[in-house]
Amino acid sequence: MELMNTELIDWSRAQFALTALYHFLFVPLTLGLSFIVAIMETIYVKTGDQRWKTITRFWMTLFAINFAIGVATGLIMEFEFGTNWANYSWFVGDIFGAPLAVEGILAFFMESTFFAVMFFGWNKVSKGFHLVSTWLVAVGSNLSAFWILVANGWMQYPVGMEFNPDTVRNEMANFWDVALSPVAVAKFLHTIGSGYVIGALFVIGISAWMILKGRDVLEAKRSMVVGASFGLLVSIFLAVSGDESAHQVAQQQPVKLAAMEGLYKGEERAGIIAVGILNPDKKIGDDLPPLYGDVEIPYALSLLGYHDIDAFVPGLDDLVLGNEKYGIEGAASKIEKGKIAVQALQSYKEAKKIDDKIAMAEARKLLDEYMPYFGYGYLEKPTDIVPPIALTFYSFHIMVGLGTWFILLFLIVLYLTMASDITRFKKILWLSVWSIPLGYIAAEAGWVVAEVGRQPWAIQDLMPVGIAATHIDAGNVKVSFWLFAVLFTVLLIAEIKIMLRQIAIGIKGGH
Amino acid sequence: MFETLSLHALQVYWWIIIALLGGLFVFIMFIQGGQTLLNQLSASDQEKSMLVNSLGRKWELGFTTLVLFGGALFAAFPKFYATSFGGAYWLWLGILFSFIIQAVSYEYRKKESNFLGAKTYETFLFINGSVGTILLGIAISTFFSGAAFTLDDNNFVHWSVGTRGLEALMEPLNYLLAIAMYFLVRIIAGMYFLNNIDHEPIRTRTRAMIKRNIVYFLPFFLGFVGWVLMKDVYTYHPDTLKVTQVSMHHLYTFIELPYLAGMFLIGVVMVLVAVFNSVFREKNCCIFTVGIGTVLTVMALLLNVGLNHTIYYPSTTDMQSSLSIANSAGSHYTLTAMSYASLMVPFVLAYIAFVWHAMDKVKITEEEITSADEHQY
Ligand code: HDD
Ligand code: HEM
Ligand code: HEM
Repeated sequence: MELMNTELIDWSRAQFALTALYHFLFVPLTLGLSFIVAIMETIYVKTGDQRWKTITRFWMTLFAINFAIGVATGLIMEFEFGTNWANYSWFVGDIFGAPLAVEGILAFFMESTFFAVMFFGWNKVSKGFHLVSTWLVAVGSNLSAFWILVANGWMQYPVGMEFNPDTVRNEMANFWDVALSPVAVAKFLHTIGSGYVIGALFVIGISAWMILKGRDVLEAKRSMVVGASFGLLVSIFLAVSGDESAHQVAQQQPVKLAAMEGLYKGEERAGIIAVGILNPDKKIGDDLPPLYGDVEIPYALSLLGYHDIDAFVPGLDDLVLGNEKYGIEGAASKIEKGKIAVQALQSYKEAKKIDDKIAMAEARKLLDEYMPYFGYGYLEKPTDIVPPIALTFYSFHIMVGLGTWFILLFLIVLYLTMASDITRFKKILWLSVWSIPLGYIAAEAGWVVAEVGRQPWAIQDLMPVGIAATHIDAGNVKVSFWLFAVLFTVLLIAEIKIMLRQIAIGIKGGH
Repeated sequence: MFETLSLHALQVYWWIIIALLGGLFVFIMFIQGGQTLLNQLSASDQEKSMLVNSLGRKWELGFTTLVLFGGALFAAFPKFYATSFGGAYWLWLGILFSFIIQAVSYEYRKKESNFLGAKTYETFLFINGSVGTILLGIAISTFFSGAAFTLDDNNFVHWSVGTRGLEALMEPLNYLLAIAMYFLVRIIAGMYFLNNIDHEPIRTRTRAMIKRNIVYFLPFFLGFVGWVLMKDVYTYHPDTLKVTQVSMHHLYTFIELPYLAGMFLIGVVMVLVAVFNSVFREKNCCIFTVGIGTVLTVMALLLNVGLNHTIYYPSTTDMQSSLSIANSAGSHYTLTAMSYASLMVPFVLAYIAFVWHAMDKVKITEEEITSADEHQY
């Protein structure tokens, strides 16, 4: 195993980021709108009111337009681990492949089979069966989110496996440790939560626009009630699950947490930075102030990360250079241990070639002991463990700021639709319209925190991205990157234009 | 219950599942086949819409089968997933691109302000049906003709040619299977249309189409079978896993495992019977006969290439790097866990069949396609 050239690694990462960010433009709406549509159809079936059927079918049409491109962008994700991360796929495929396959068996078929009933079954199957199908589409899409996030959670917090030096791969030892790891569960709850919030923002935003244009006002107001009540509930849930995500990050990926907060010198009773600007000249270990103009919420970080007001939160300085007082091991010493593990694997292979059983056993023992540091053996210097700080920091703050705003917005909108006449509050309606893109920005920012914040690791502590990629000339990846960029952008433009046109046609216009 | 099986038994079990999925996938590719026939079988826009809508209610199933095929390979045979997808980069990306453009085309084709225009989306469908099918056929054919990879002592893949998979397009023998597949999926599509669309002019054209395509199909298919049965094949020693070459090993496998040969022959006969019934006896029955026949034939071929100590993915540059089910599979634990998950497969197939039946009771007619109260593609 050797590090590959940075050009290849950067293009492979760029391509993965591009395709994943595109995929996640469509996924959240599928996750959220599927439930909202199911709720609307339930109201229709319960009341028998044809208006609710019209409303349901309008939102379903938008759902289908989004779904098609969600599926198109998902396909490449499924195969990209193989095409661009071939070494990764071998090194951890024995564990990582399983959730992907289970996702296919359990979730995607459910989604796609009942999707057909939901769209084409109105006059073919009974009302009850149709309603069940709509709910099953929602359940299926959320199940698919679960399994893929299990896979992602495992990369952030690898558990339930053993390294096998004969095949040079990690092998699964406990399926349930993988599937129910606390990181996976936190990720799942928070990510589907983000989908629900985006779904709700989408519904209230478009309804607000219709009210502003004086179109289908009655239907739009009804949609608004469903959207805002659902939204208020899920946006609170989102903040709570975000808190749990941060708690998990603090436990399993302290470097990421320190980068999220721009924390260099660790402290007890650490506060959270509400707003602030990073000092671009700041380096690990120097005495410059890390932030300008920052506003701090005292104690909050210790509470958030460790659920203990007195807890010590390590900063980047501590994690890179080590901190004896708090028993934090520096990166230099981890790199030493990692090199021992890498060397032990080499010795094991050599001993095996000449069939020297004693040397094999010795190497094996050393390897088992130092395996948790294996990935560090490929790092060159202690600061290599630090992810891009600015990107992680700002993305995190954008996400959290927006999350707070959404709670407020849903509260106001719900209050005004229930207690007053929302059609008179033009400013609030416009704010609802403009919050649609904000939802997407928050979600993409969240992924940037999660994925950029874990650099340089493809698998936390075990495999840096530098050895995970496929051996291929960087030129190939450059070409495929641009092919994806162009194709997805063209499809996105088509999707948005169709969507806007359908919205302009209106709720009653379509049917 | 799966825990007690030997590693070898689990490997065989999973290869059977892969073969089954492969068979189902080739069958469901009638959607691709149908996409190449949209112009040929329709005389008006409305007739074309009938064809598109008929396929459109099924395309997700095909797409999902492809996805599951990828996922199942990753989980059960991770070395193949890493080696082939990472190595034959452009071949696989080409296939994926053709499916990406398919996925949006049904939904967007007839929508207002669709940016690219209906013609473009129809072209996308055609590309997916033709180029996509041929590329996929070529990729499957490399199970027989091999690929230019070497695995290092970490089992990481190195590809010895810069064309990264496109070199498979230069191997003429790969086209036998690819072209045979192209005509086969058109034939199956024909039978699907006969069954699903209640419209005489389309049916008449479809029967004529099937008649022609079976004539094109047979020489390529027979050529492929002849090549495979006669060729030199890599095999491995069950204990040492050392790879050696044996001539006509695929033929011997059919002789040594007669049930595979039986499966293959029954499959082929079922396809031919279905064609005969559709074309000469003018029946609309035969989508299931031809479907089961296709699944059996493809399964028998894939089982032949995977079982009986055969190498299923030969390396043309380093014989010992070649992949077999014995050296490319997941661990005993993972295969066991996945086997439990596989118990869901019959259940999934059952609800798919149930929904298919419930939805297709009513055939597609002109009235339905022109009615405003339906979601139309
Ligand atoms: C509408 C979108 C949205 C909003 C408003 C929020 N999040 Fe979020 N967040 C996501 C959408 C998201 C996401 C896209 O779902 C991520 C990316 C990866 C993941 O697991 O979820 C995420 C990740 C993510 C992570 C990183 C997890 C990791 O690295 O594994 C943390 C710590 C938080 N979030 C915390 C919060 C907090 C405290 C919020 C305050 C309200 C918040 N998020 C609002
Ligand atoms: C769909 C939502 C997702 C988004 C938006 C997203 C975003 C990103 C981004 C921005 C990067 C680049 C990080 C960098 O290289 O600096 C990345 C890398 C990566 N992500 Fe994700 N990600 C998503 C989901 C996932 C999931 C679910 C998995 C695994 C199952 C995953 C696996 C990877 C891998 C393998 C890389 C490349 C290696 C690396 O750079 O670390 N991603 N992703
Ligand atoms: C990088 C890892 C990922 C892979 C390999 C992946 C794979 C796929 C595939 C193959 C599809 C199409 C399925 C079909 O044929 O119906 C798809 C769609 C979907 N994926 Fe992903 N996906 C990834 C990330 C995510 C994430 C992070 C989520 C959610 C949190 C997600 C949720 C969904 C949903 C809900 C769909 C349904 C279609 C839609 O998006 O509109 N995926 N994905």
